[in-house]
Amino acid sequence: MSFLEYRVKQAPTGLRKVLYLNWPLVILVTAVASVGFLMLYSIAGGNLDTWARPQMERFGVGMVLMFIVALTPIWFWRSMSGVAYAVAFLLLIVVELFGTVGMGAQRWIDLGFIRLQPSEMMKFTLVMLLAVYYDWLDPKLVSRPLYVLIPVVMIVAPTVLVLMQPNLGTSLMLILAGATVMFVAGVSLWYFGAVLALGVSAIVGVFTLRGTPWQFLHDYQYKRIDTFLDPSADPLGAGYNIIQAKIALGSGGWSGKGFMQGTQSRLNFLPEKHTDFIFTTLAEEFGFVGAFSLLALYALIIGFCLVAAFQNRDRFSALLIIGVAANFFFYIAVNLSMVMGMAPVVGVPLPLLSYGGSAMMVLLVGFGLVQSAHVHRPR
Amino acid sequence: MRRTARETEASNRTLNRRTLMLGGAMGAMIAVLGARMRYLQVDQADEFKLLAEENRINIRLIPPERGIIMDRNGKVIAGNEQNYRVVITREAAGDVDLVMRRLATIIPMTAEEMQASIDAVKAVRAFVPVTVAERLSWEDFSKVAVNAPALPGVVPEVGQSRRYPLDTDFAHVVGYVGPVSEKDLEGLENPDPLLRIPKFQIGKIGVEKWMEDTLRGHAGTKRIEVNSAGRVMRELERQEGQPGSDIRLTIDADIQNFAQARLGEESAAVVVIDVTNGDIICCASSPSFDPNLFVRGISHAEYKLLTENDHRPLANKTVSGAYPPGSTFKMVTALAALEAGVVNADTKVSCPGYIEFGGRRFHCWKRSGHGTVRLARSLAESCDVYFYEIAQKVGIDKIAEMGRKLGLGHKFELPMSAVTEGNMPDKAWKLTRHKQEWRIGDTINASIGQGYVLTSPLQLAVMTARIASGRAVAPRLVRMIDNQELPVAEAPPLEVSPEYLAAVRSGMHEVVNGEHGTAKSSRIVDPTMVMAGKTGTSQVRNISKAEREAGVISNDDLPWNRRDHALFVGFAPYDAPRYAVAVVVEHGGGGSTAAAPIARDVILRAMSDGLPSLDAYPASQRGRIETMLKELPLRDPVTGRPQDKTAT
Repeated sequence: MSFLEYRVKQAPTGLRKVLYLNWPLVILVTAVASVGFLMLYSIAGGNLDTWARPQMERFGVGMVLMFIVALTPIWFWRSMSGVAYAVAFLLLIVVELFGTVGMGAQRWIDLGFIRLQPSEMMKFTLVMLLAVYYDWLDPKLVSRPLYVLIPVVMIVAPTVLVLMQPNLGTSLMLILAGATVMFVAGVSLWYFGAVLALGVSAIVGVFTLRGTPWQFLHDYQYKRIDTFLDPSADPLGAGYNIIQAKIALGSGGWSGKGFMQGTQSRLNFLPEKHTDFIFTTLAEEFGFVGAFSLLALYALIIGFCLVAAFQNRDRFSALLIIGVAANFFFYIAVNLSMVMGMAPVVGVPLPLLSYGGSAMMVLLVGFGLVQSAHVHRPR
Repeated sequence: MRRTARETEASNRTLNRRTLMLGGAMGAMIAVLGARMRYLQVDQADEFKLLAEENRINIRLIPPERGIIMDRNGKVIAGNEQNYRVVITREAAGDVDLVMRRLATIIPMTAEEMQASIDAVKAVRAFVPVTVAERLSWEDFSKVAVNAPALPGVVPEVGQSRRYPLDTDFAHVVGYVGPVSEKDLEGLENPDPLLRIPKFQIGKIGVEKWMEDTLRGHAGTKRIEVNSAGRVMRELERQEGQPGSDIRLTIDADIQNFAQARLGEESAAVVVIDVTNGDIICCASSPSFDPNLFVRGISHAEYKLLTENDHRPLANKTVSGAYPPGSTFKMVTALAALEAGVVNADTKVSCPGYIEFGGRRFHCWKRSGHGTVRLARSLAESCDVYFYEIAQKVGIDKIAEMGRKLGLGHKFELPMSAVTEGNMPDKAWKLTRHKQEWRIGDTINASIGQGYVLTSPLQLAVMTARIASGRAVAPRLVRMIDNQELPVAEAPPLEVSPEYLAAVRSGMHEVVNGEHGTAKSSRIVDPTMVMAGKTGTSQVRNISKAEREAGVISNDDLPWNRRDHALFVGFAPYDAPRYAVAVVVEHGGGGSTAAAPIARDVILRAMSDGLPSLDAYPASQRGRIETMLKELPLRDPVTGRPQDKTAT
């Protein structure tokens, strides 16, 4: 049905596929992850076993997964999209009913060998399903209200479940990534304008309903917004994270305090320094030079993804690549805005750097999809 | 649904256009993030660097080692001793209750103490060490160290604490240290930051208090890095402070110990002064107390015992006690009269046992009278009438002037607590103080050291030293600071004719050595150590008319606290005076029986190397003296511990 079907025979086969991988992307991803290992080693006070080694092991497993996914034909993954979405969606419901409570939220299913986070799985299965949908849909029809409503439901349904966990960060990511795919697929800009207007009024609503029984957000979420707007109002409480993160960043200066010399992180002034706030340690120890270099590496990864999307004349593949890249980008943007005091503190990790196994693996699988789409692109 | 190539082209164009837009938006966002990075890390870097420093650096004080107080020969009176203590840290201990129970089996600790320690450990943050036992013996301390593997979180530590090895001997002079109180900080404009250290010890009374600035030293500082919870991570920089200065007193610890022992349980005081330079050789007040109790933290019961004792062990009677000097004042009256020219050494006064002034009869202590009395005999036999007579001729103002010349009514600047000024009354004083005219009766009372005259044993010793040396000797207590001799200026000559002083000294010689001297039984027979002196017995009660008519009541028949004070002042050797002594025995009865023997023993001890030789005592007394000296509870000169009399 798709354009792809006509050129399948020209796609590389067997082990030759390895030569056709998007190697710059592989190298960039490895480079960023290595920066992460370095930082985790530093934050643990020069101890490899605390965080760095487990993270490296997961990265290794993740890379293997990435290659397996990359060498599997993209049309196979395309055919699995619906099933994957359905499974992730069902797991979200299961998690809602029986999930383990951690960090004040129900987020994972403990399978014994791995803690399954269905919200993580949903990140890319949603993108896949949307890509399939827009590949299937006649481009002329994308802006018809009915055909706009269908992907909106695809996005909103899992988002509501994730929001109920409650996980504001991930639900935000689902909406942003989903909206990006819709945007690239060509949905009329009017819709986006309307949603934006609606969003603004929703924000107004959120704040006017605060303190009433109909308030939208949890008290702690309101508080996060408050502290974002004025961190100094509560310097030892909720504002502490933002203030200490900014001190760490700022005191890093141009070239930083040196590897393992960050006083803010080594002396525990920084909160969640190995997870969501890992960037602050990097910025403190390697300064503006280090922080900006990381930003440049991230920009390159996104750039290579977008170029790969341009090169790919298969609509599904292009949308999938953009979806993964957008997801990656939004995580970076939200996390960095958060630690630099430009956005409220929402629990969003920094991709490839923050300590955490399932996010890392899911992300590498996502890059595997990008590689698969790249290797098996129509020629 | 199959698409045409054109349709595909169109859709791809849209896709590419939108992708470009997306890429642009992403690039813009990344630029914003980069700009923000630049703003925080380059533009505002200095401000944040400062904040980061403030976050992590704390400055802690290192308490200096307190100066040591020694006697004139370098014997330690107040030193710093290793304080073996045990601290426990909750986070390292894990199960605090279990560890404390184990600890309690190793070192002496009551169940209450154990529970108090457990509560204290649980009340602080997990990483804060809490002292659970202090002042352990070396044996107990080693036991804790040896059992360390079974006692996680327990650390044996060595600190410093003040210790007074000569405990009771110097309690009044040197005083003691204690933790800084709010009261100590009051009135200090800019208190030494050291005083803010919890449990920092400062001098509370005595030399410890009055020479606090010398003894304390200056704090060192260390800059330490702390983490967000306040835990010390490492030391960055250390600036050593300056330890306090060591002080050597003028007091000889062995003589002090002898005096303290000699006073025994009497409520009494003895002061010995070197007449050549004013050095206070001995300054003993009894009963005494153990200053170590206060350093340790005195219990309520122990403190109550001290405050409720009618012999007032906490009072430093040598400088704080103000007593009517009684007949020891007669030298002042005599010198005033001689200097005024109203009498000379040969002026005769008739003593019929009393004298009448303005219709009031003033008795001599000897009811039968002394007959014809000259100066020497008036002192030797302490004839009151003689002094009544000459006092009313010379007048109180001249007597008071002479008293002041001799150091009475003057507060000497000594680093001791509650140094009294005493009282040297004159006409003006009575007018301001009591709004009354001075009356002749007041002069007569004052002439024999009764009435308004009040003196401390220190003042009496100074007075005697001045009479003995003819110089305005000023007492001093501190001989050296940090092994540097303090300069001592030669005392200016007393503005009293040497001839008169010699006459009075001669009279004082008769007191002790004359046939009828009141202190005859306390004479020193060694010709190189001959003592001169004056006894005194001062009334502490008013004698009622009924009592007077019934005759003098023997002191022995009175309750202790109504008996007369016994006094004695003296100096020796008579030919070349070296030491002056003053003894006051509260409610001791007569000066000749209660005070003079003590003065003789102490001044002999000061002149001897070791215990006084029996040869210095009259032959008839040697047996009794030998027993007395043997039974004195003196300290072992080596160990400093009181000798165990029961063992010998």
